[in-house]
Amino acid sequence: MRGLIRKESLQIIRDPSSIGIAFFLPVLLLLLFGYGVSLDARNVAIALVVEQPGPEASSLISGFRQSEYFAPRVMFSIQQAERAMMERRVDGIVWLRSDFARQLRSGGRAPVAVIVNGVDANKARLLQGYVNGVWLQWLSRTSAELGRPLHIPIKVEQRIWYNPAVRSRNYLVPGLIAVIMTLIGAMLTSMVVAREWERGTMEALLVTPVRVQEILLGKIVPYFILGMGGMLLSVAMALFLFHVPLRGSLAALTLASALFMLTAIAMGLLISTAAGTQFVAGQVAIVITFLPAFILSGFVFDIGSMPIGIQWVTHLVPARYFVAIVQTIFLAGDVWPIFYINCGWLILMAAVFFVIIRKKSHKRLRI
Amino acid sequence: MILMLRRIFSLMIKEFRTLLTDKKSRMVLIVPPVAQLIVFGYAASFELNHINYVVFNEDRGVESRQLLSGFAGSDVFVRYGTISHNAEITPLLDTGKALMVLHIGQQFSEALHRGRPAPLQIIIDGRNSNTAMLALNYVREIVLSFNENWTRRHGGARAPAVLMQRSWFNATLNSHWFIIVGIVALLNLVVTLEVTALSVAREREAGTFDQLLVTPMTPFEVLVGKSLPGLIIGALEGTFIITLIVLWFRVPLRGSIAAVYLGLFIFLLSAIGIGLMISSLSVTQQQGLMGAFLFMVPAVILSGFATPIENMPQFVQWLTYLNPMRYFLIIVRSVFLQGASFDLLWSQYWPMLLIGLANLSVAAVLFRKRMY
Repeated sequence: MRGLIRKESLQIIRDPSSIGIAFFLPVLLLLLFGYGVSLDARNVAIALVVEQPGPEASSLISGFRQSEYFAPRVMFSIQQAERAMMERRVDGIVWLRSDFARQLRSGGRAPVAVIVNGVDANKARLLQGYVNGVWLQWLSRTSAELGRPLHIPIKVEQRIWYNPAVRSRNYLVPGLIAVIMTLIGAMLTSMVVAREWERGTMEALLVTPVRVQEILLGKIVPYFILGMGGMLLSVAMALFLFHVPLRGSLAALTLASALFMLTAIAMGLLISTAAGTQFVAGQVAIVITFLPAFILSGFVFDIGSMPIGIQWVTHLVPARYFVAIVQTIFLAGDVWPIFYINCGWLILMAAVFFVIIRKKSHKRLRI
Repeated sequence: MILMLRRIFSLMIKEFRTLLTDKKSRMVLIVPPVAQLIVFGYAASFELNHINYVVFNEDRGVESRQLLSGFAGSDVFVRYGTISHNAEITPLLDTGKALMVLHIGQQFSEALHRGRPAPLQIIIDGRNSNTAMLALNYVREIVLSFNENWTRRHGGARAPAVLMQRSWFNATLNSHWFIIVGIVALLNLVVTLEVTALSVAREREAGTFDQLLVTPMTPFEVLVGKSLPGLIIGALEGTFIITLIVLWFRVPLRGSIAAVYLGLFIFLLSAIGIGLMISSLSVTQQQGLMGAFLFMVPAVILSGFATPIENMPQFVQWLTYLNPMRYFLIIVRSVFLQGASFDLLWSQYWPMLLIGLANLSVAAVLFRKRMY
C-alpha cells in the first residue's frame, strides 16, 4: 500500500506536469478569470442624440457624464447614432428630439426615447436600469427647477444583503474556484488509469498481491493532497487578491473543499476506468467536466430559472453543490441548512462513483 | 498535382478511420455535442422567471394590497410566503428560499394619501449580484406602473418628461438568444480541438509519425491531410447546430447564412491551426490533451460568451484579440440577431483569418522540424 502511494507520488514528482496542473494552473486561471470575468458594466458607450442643444439637454448630458456607468458620446442626428449602434460602437441611444425643451416647459409629457442594443439582452437590461437611475435623478431635479416638484407616490428603498456593493466578482470568484478545481481534479486523475492500461503497467500491478482497493487508494491519496494544495492557493487568492469577504468559517470551507475534491477525483478515476484509452478518457473529461461546471453549476446562470428537466440534470454536476456552498460561505456565512444538504449530495455522489469504480475495476482485473 | 491530391486524400481517409473506427471515440464525437446543445440551450440564460419573494406587510390599507397584486400578476415573481416578524427575514434569505422580502411599513397607506413618499423596502439577497440587479429592475417596473396609475387617479404633478424604452434586435430582451447562438462557437471549438489536438501526438506515441516521414508526402500535404477531417467534422457539426438553433430554438436568422458560414470556415481554420500546433508541440497524447484544455478553458471564458468583454480590464481585453472565438461570436450574433451584412463584419473576418493562417504556418513549420 505504502509502496503504491510512493509509486504514484514519485510519478507525480518526476512528471512535473501534474504539479504544474495542481498549483500553477489554478493560480493562472484564477488570475485571468478573476480579473476577466465580470458582469458589472462600467463606462458603457452610449450615444446621446441632442437635436437642439439647450440648458435641459446639457443638464441631462452632465447627469450621464457623472455616472460611473456611462461613457456618453454626444451626437446631433439619430442617423449617426443608429449607424454607431449597427457598428457596435455604442450599446444604447438616448434621443432628445428638437422639441424636447419646448414640450418640457409647456407641461406636455416630453418623450425621450431610449433604444438599447438587445443582442446581449442581459447587458441591455442592466443598461436600462442604469439609464433609469440617471433619468430619475435628473427628472426630480428638473421638475423642481420648473416649479412643479415631482410627487413620487411609492419610493423603493433597497437593501442588498451579503454583497452591498453589488460586485459581481464577489460571487464569480468563489464560483470560478469550483469550476477550476473540477477541471484540476478530473484532469489529474482521468488519465491515470487509462495511462496504466495503455502502457501495460496495469498488468504488472495485477500480478502483485495488492488488492483493487489498495490500487485505487494509492491513486487517490497523492492526487487528493495535490488538489487540496491547489485549492488552498485559490482560496488565498480569492481572499487577499480579489478581496472577496469570507464571512463563514475556514473549517466549513475546508471540509466542503475536501469533499468536493474527493468527488472530482472520483469522477476523474471513473472516467479513466470506464474509458480505457487516454484519447477517450481525455475527451470525456473535457466534455463532462468543464462545460457542465461552467454552465450548469449555477456559477453564472441561475439554476432556479432553468426548465425543470434541466434542473434535474444539474443535480449530476458536482460543481453545482460546491458552488452553492462556497458562494454562501464566502458571502453569507455558515448557513448550516445549505451546508448540510449540499455536502450530503457531494458525499452521495462520491460514494456512487467509488462503488462504480470498484465494480468496474474488479471486472477488468479478472480479464 | 493529382498525386498530391491523392496522397492528401488517403491521409484524410486514414485520419477519419482512426477517429471513427473505435466505437467509443465515435460516440464521443457525436453524442456530446447534440446533448450539450439541447441541455445548454435550455440552461444557459440570464432570464429570471422564478423570483421567490416573501411579503412582510405591516400595513392594513387597500393600497398595499393593490401594490402586491402587481407582483402577484407578474409572471417573473413567485410568492413564497408571508411573514410577520423581522426575525423571520434572515433565515429565509440565508438559505436562499426566497430571493427578496417586500417590506411594507405600518404608515404606508397613510403616507400615500397624505402625499408623502411611501417607502417600499426591498431586502434582497445580493450573493448573485446580477440576479439581484435584474430582480430590482423588475420591482422598479411594477412600482413605476403603480405610481403612474396613482398619479393619474389622485392628481398631483405629472412628470414633465417620460422615458420610452425600446430595444433593437431583440424586442423582448430574451437573453436566451444571445447564449444559444454563442453555442455554435463553443461546441465547434471543442469538437475541432478534440479532433486535431491529438492527431500528431497520437502518431508520435504509436511511432507511426516516423512512417509518415518516409512517405513522399511534404509537410504541407501532411498539414492539409490532417486539417481536412477537422474542417469536415466541424462543418457538419456546425450545420447541424445552426439548423437546430433556427428550427428548434426558433432564434431568428436575420442576416445571410453565407456570412455565418464564411465565419465558421475561418473560425474552424484558426481552431484547427491551434489544435495542430498544440499537437505537434506535444510528445504524448496526455500533453496534447492538456494543451487543448489549457487553450480551450481561457478561450471560452474570455471570449464574451457569457460575460461581456467590455467589462474586462484593458490588459485582458487586449488578450482577447488573440482569441478567434471572440471574433466568431461577434459574427454569429450580429448575423443572427442584428442582420449584419458582410461589410459590417470585415473587421471581424480578417483578424480571425490572420490568426488562422499564423497558427497553420507555425504548425507546418513544426511539422517540418519534426520531419527533417
